[in-house]
Amino acid sequence: MIEIEGITKRYGETTVVRDVRLTIAPRTVTVIVGTSGSGKTTLLRMINRLVEPTSGTIRLDGEDNRSLPGYELRRRIGYAIQGHGLFPHRTVAQNIATVPTLLGWDRARIDAKVAELLTLFQLDPAAFGPRYPHELSGGQQQRVGVARALAAEPKVLLMDEPFGALDPIIRAKAQDDLLAIQKHFETTVVLVTHDMEEAFHLADRIAVMDKGEVVQYATPAEMLVKPATAFVESLIGAGERPFRLLAIEPVSSAVEPGTAEGEAISSAASQREALSTLLWSGRKALPVVGPDGVLIGKVSLESLAQRAAGPS
Amino acid sequence: MQLRVDKLGVIIAVLTAYGALLAPFATFRANRIVAGEARSLGEALPPAWAAIILILVIATAVVALLKTPSPLRLAIAFSTIAALALGIGAAAGHLTPPENTYARVSPASGFWILLFALGLLAADALTRMRPSPLVRVLFLAAVLGFIAALLWSGTWDGLSLLKEYASRADTFWAEAGKHVMLALGSLAAATIVGIPLGVLCHRVTRLRDGLLGVLNAIQTIPSIALFGILIAPLGWIAIHVPGAAAIGIRGIGAAPAFVALFLYSLLPVVANTVVGLAGVPREANDAARGIGMTDFQRLAGIEFPLAFPVVLTGIRIVLVQNIGLATIAALIGGGGFGVFVFQGVGQTAMDLVLLGAVPTVILAFTAAIVLDAVIEAATPNRNQVQSA
Repeated sequence: MIEIEGITKRYGETTVVRDVRLTIAPRTVTVIVGTSGSGKTTLLRMINRLVEPTSGTIRLDGEDNRSLPGYELRRRIGYAIQGHGLFPHRTVAQNIATVPTLLGWDRARIDAKVAELLTLFQLDPAAFGPRYPHELSGGQQQRVGVARALAAEPKVLLMDEPFGALDPIIRAKAQDDLLAIQKHFETTVVLVTHDMEEAFHLADRIAVMDKGEVVQYATPAEMLVKPATAFVESLIGAGERPFRLLAIEPVSSAVEPGTAEGEAISSAASQREALSTLLWSGRKALPVVGPDGVLIGKVSLESLAQRAAGPS
Repeated sequence: MQLRVDKLGVIIAVLTAYGALLAPFATFRANRIVAGEARSLGEALPPAWAAIILILVIATAVVALLKTPSPLRLAIAFSTIAALALGIGAAAGHLTPPENTYARVSPASGFWILLFALGLLAADALTRMRPSPLVRVLFLAAVLGFIAALLWSGTWDGLSLLKEYASRADTFWAEAGKHVMLALGSLAAATIVGIPLGVLCHRVTRLRDGLLGVLNAIQTIPSIALFGILIAPLGWIAIHVPGAAAIGIRGIGAAPAFVALFLYSLLPVVANTVVGLAGVPREANDAARGIGMTDFQRLAGIEFPLAFPVVLTGIRIVLVQNIGLATIAALIGGGGFGVFVFQGVGQTAMDLVLLGAVPTVILAFTAAIVLDAVIEAATPNRNQVQSA
């Protein structure tokens, strides 16, 4: 649980973050979106005190984040940034081992953790551990950056545009990996981005920032249906709303009894994918199969159209 | 087979032809001060020796002229250099009349031109072979070992330079020690003071411009003037600070020389530390803070290791510069190889000048090669970090 209470940051006359109040539930993904200069990165950096707030309090699990020296606090919070920020003169294994080493873990425990994380990120520990960051591809560097952030098993992971430097295909893969890892470690993730697509894909809740203030803090569905301001509405993109709405929910929640002709779709796919398949194949309904491949019903064009409709 | 001409080889061939055939190989003088008489290659050496050197020089010129493999060029350049080195020793024995201890034989322009041309060929071949840092240092060691062997075996004992050395053997090593102490000691002091100053400049932006400006200004003061400027304050310290005179601080002598070299050394060390630290990727620094390194851990573990090759480049500049500059210290009684240079100039004895100049050049050359190798070894291509 992260409680942000009345946080304000001023540089001289300029107010970068103004009286922000957010409560972030544990084990969720919260995405802070906004245009550049909206104060989103500053807000994120005040959570681990890379930036000290001018006023206000931030509590982690009820504990004021100023009760520890800044560097000790930061060792307990994961931190991953755009462009990975790996140390170019240290190997992949040494990079990942940074925080455990700072915390004084013993050698065997560190080695085991490094191997575990590399395996989890689909990098062979024997092959990748001894390499230097420049010998890796962009996607691999980014995964190592996240692995390093998670090495000391933090409850909270802060990410500042972590996928900004990746090409679209690798980015989609990295986003899915992040969600899997987040479930695996039950980490509370706070992620900053300017990419709405990414926000809707990842977030349990989205906080939209504009000129230093949080203008809306809601689940993706709420935000689509009831954007708080014209700014939020323009950020979502009016033309994208029905598709974003469908993209949030899986097919499983739109299944109706019955069956249909043609190739089936998985219940785990998004409703947007189902709509896309329906339109492309010119059918009115698709058969739906569960994770085990057994037919569980159908999904129809009509019901999707209803679900995609905004409030009248 | 088509024979192609190497451009550098043309220059080398012309130089060797001139050096071997037209220019004098050695100079003979009845004593150390009178004007010398030139002796050609044929006159300076016994016929067999002259023939060997001539054949080798012609062979080298041909190899240089044509496009030939680098190892062959290197091998023949070194063989001919070795023959020249032995030959000049033989010339001394051949030209000096028996039982005459006043006569002086020294290498003349032909010898130096040949040496220059062959050195050029060897350096060019070596560069094209792209040896690793370790191999370069081993090569240097082999060359120095060869020179040491010639000196130790007495092959060159008949040469004028060695006769000057023989009459000054004790002072030579004492001055050599002072020279190295001045150059290395001031470098060590500048490193100890300069690196922390550089770190401070990096962290405190306002300090950076001021301090670098002052150090830049110091760098432009001519060395003789700086010695002069230092005489007054150091003289005052010697008189008024208890114990200062006891540890050798005086207005003249080694102390002002040391202080001057130290001041000259500061700019490259401080400036390179600042540049090196500024070159540390911003993301690496941000990540280091973000995952909980203290300021000191970040400096010692991330910033300094990444800046180190650049700092080392500054130290290399200082070392080579100091070895040369330390020669001037002799002017104010600071000792070093400059003692022989200035005595030689005073007595118009060129051999004595060379006794001071040649070791200085060898020392500076050795320092440059060794430090270049260290810098290259310390800079793997890991610095090509994607800036993405």
